[in-house]
Amino acid sequence: MPPDSKLKAKKGIPTAQRLDISRSPSDVSLTEQEPVPVFEVDDLSVYYGAFRAIRNVGMTVCERQITSFIGPSGCGKTTLLRCFNRMNDLVDIARVEGSILYHGINLYHPEVNAVEVRRRVGMVFQKPNPFPKSIYDNITFGPKIAGLKGDMDEIVERSLRRAALWDEVKDRLKDSAMGLSGGQQQRLCIARALAVNPEVILMDEPCSALDPIATGRIEDLMEEIKSEYTIIIVTHNMQQAARVSDMCAFFTAEVNETSDTRTGILVEFDKTEKMFSNPADERTENYVTGRFG
Amino acid sequence: MNAASRTLTSSPEIVRARLQGRRFDAAGFFFRLLLLAAMFVTLGLLALLLFDVVSGGWGVISTRLGDFLTGKLGITAARAGISQGLRGTFFIGVFVVAIAFPLGVGAAIYLEEYAPHSRLTRFIDVNIRNLAGVPSVVYGLLGFAIFVKALRFVTGPESNGATVISAGLTLAVLVLPIVIITSAEALRAVPDSLREAGFGVGATRWEVVRSHVLPYAGPGILTGTVLSLARALGEAAPLILVGATTGYLSEGAGYSLASLQERFTAMPIIIYTWAGRPQPGFQEATAAAIVVLLVVVLLANTVAILLRNRYEKRR
Repeated sequence: MPPDSKLKAKKGIPTAQRLDISRSPSDVSLTEQEPVPVFEVDDLSVYYGAFRAIRNVGMTVCERQITSFIGPSGCGKTTLLRCFNRMNDLVDIARVEGSILYHGINLYHPEVNAVEVRRRVGMVFQKPNPFPKSIYDNITFGPKIAGLKGDMDEIVERSLRRAALWDEVKDRLKDSAMGLSGGQQQRLCIARALAVNPEVILMDEPCSALDPIATGRIEDLMEEIKSEYTIIIVTHNMQQAARVSDMCAFFTAEVNETSDTRTGILVEFDKTEKMFSNPADERTENYVTGRFG
Repeated sequence: MNAASRTLTSSPEIVRARLQGRRFDAAGFFFRLLLLAAMFVTLGLLALLLFDVVSGGWGVISTRLGDFLTGKLGITAARAGISQGLRGTFFIGVFVVAIAFPLGVGAAIYLEEYAPHSRLTRFIDVNIRNLAGVPSVVYGLLGFAIFVKALRFVTGPESNGATVISAGLTLAVLVLPIVIITSAEALRAVPDSLREAGFGVGATRWEVVRSHVLPYAGPGILTGTVLSLARALGEAAPLILVGATTGYLSEGAGYSLASLQERFTAMPIIIYTWAGRPQPGFQEATAAAIVVLLVVVLLANTVAILLRNRYEKRR
């Protein structure tokens, strides 16, 4: 099925409204066997001051796939994830070397507008962080500042429906989002990210603060929206990575002898299936089989 | 008995005996008693002070409160009033609110939300804290040099600069560091996850500050700033240096703008002067003036608390 027909399947969103620059006419000829690269990471290193958090990462993230990052704590998964929407800009001492091409444009080129990047590359955080405002206002904040025209009520309903939260909250849209349960808050955060029609959604351990039932709902949700969005998810839960992702990257930390710090490296990046059944690297195998050393 | 031997006693009888024996935690009890005493001493002193002041001024408050509030400074205590002091204190409050609040909150927002966390900003931060600790007399000298002398042509050429403008500006400068510190603390209490949420949906720094950070920090900023207002209204030392009148004060232009450039007095100054007068009745009048000043300050605090509660509900 060509990507174009999927666009039409979207619930009544005019194509022009999508903040999406990937779908040029030439895309029509591409089939799903040849996934379109969204991000091309090349020789990326991130420093916090003098400390190098990750080094020499290279990978390609493709459109409408779920890419998972797994690996032990402190191996730089989150650091890398936050490079994709320039969230690391907010850390004064963070510095990025190498490049991430997003549709061919280096995100770290000085002329790139980070705010615009974040509108196209949304993010869901580890701890649900709804605004301490009403459910309605949580959804509309993004579209409003993005200058999206259109019926806000409709955007709210559509976003909440996509995040599988509509039925639970439709009667109390004006209530504070802080009154929702953890799982509902996280789905609200997903709805909030969807409301600005991003192309990519970054998820930083989105289920780590949730119970298994809420986790299951989020995973179902990811599966459902995968046809429209590119998703990158950091997870500590290997079963989750195996369940939901198409591609999987395994990171580990190497200890620097001289400074007793840890630098994250990408060990292996492949189809999830292969990563969990027949990984090329011994370290990956040890990790996915639970014999991490 | 040490911890190691305690874990060895595992026979059920001993465990049961241990669980049932109620022990008296003497150290904990005495510590708690000490803390309780500290609280009661503080509260007791405050209550004593209030009682002393109210009972001292009761003669004036109960018999001629209206005259006292609207009357003018005078030679005899029986007819003395504090209207000019209230006016001076009112204008000082206006200056502090109009100048110290926006400047201080603005500086705090810049320092916390915009400035890079470098050595320079840390240096500035430390120095603002130092400024907050500078004795108020020093601010009085500063006010005298700048507002009374150098800027006399603005603050009041007719009155040699010893006007309520000079006083208001001086006290605004005095509380500025406190406003910055309390506002910065309120901003620092805003969780980073809230900022990230804003940035994550593509908000600019300004949109994040305006829509999320300020509403969240608002109640804290408000509380801090109003406390600093209370401090400004109670200061006497800088006013003496700036040249507040301690005696006769002309008729004046009342609450009109023209009175800003006239000689002035304020509540703390009246209290300070009257307290030193030997004539009969002035001690009573002093106590009554203190009560009035306390009520003014408490009113300001009450308004702040009401506003804060209203804002917090909207969170």
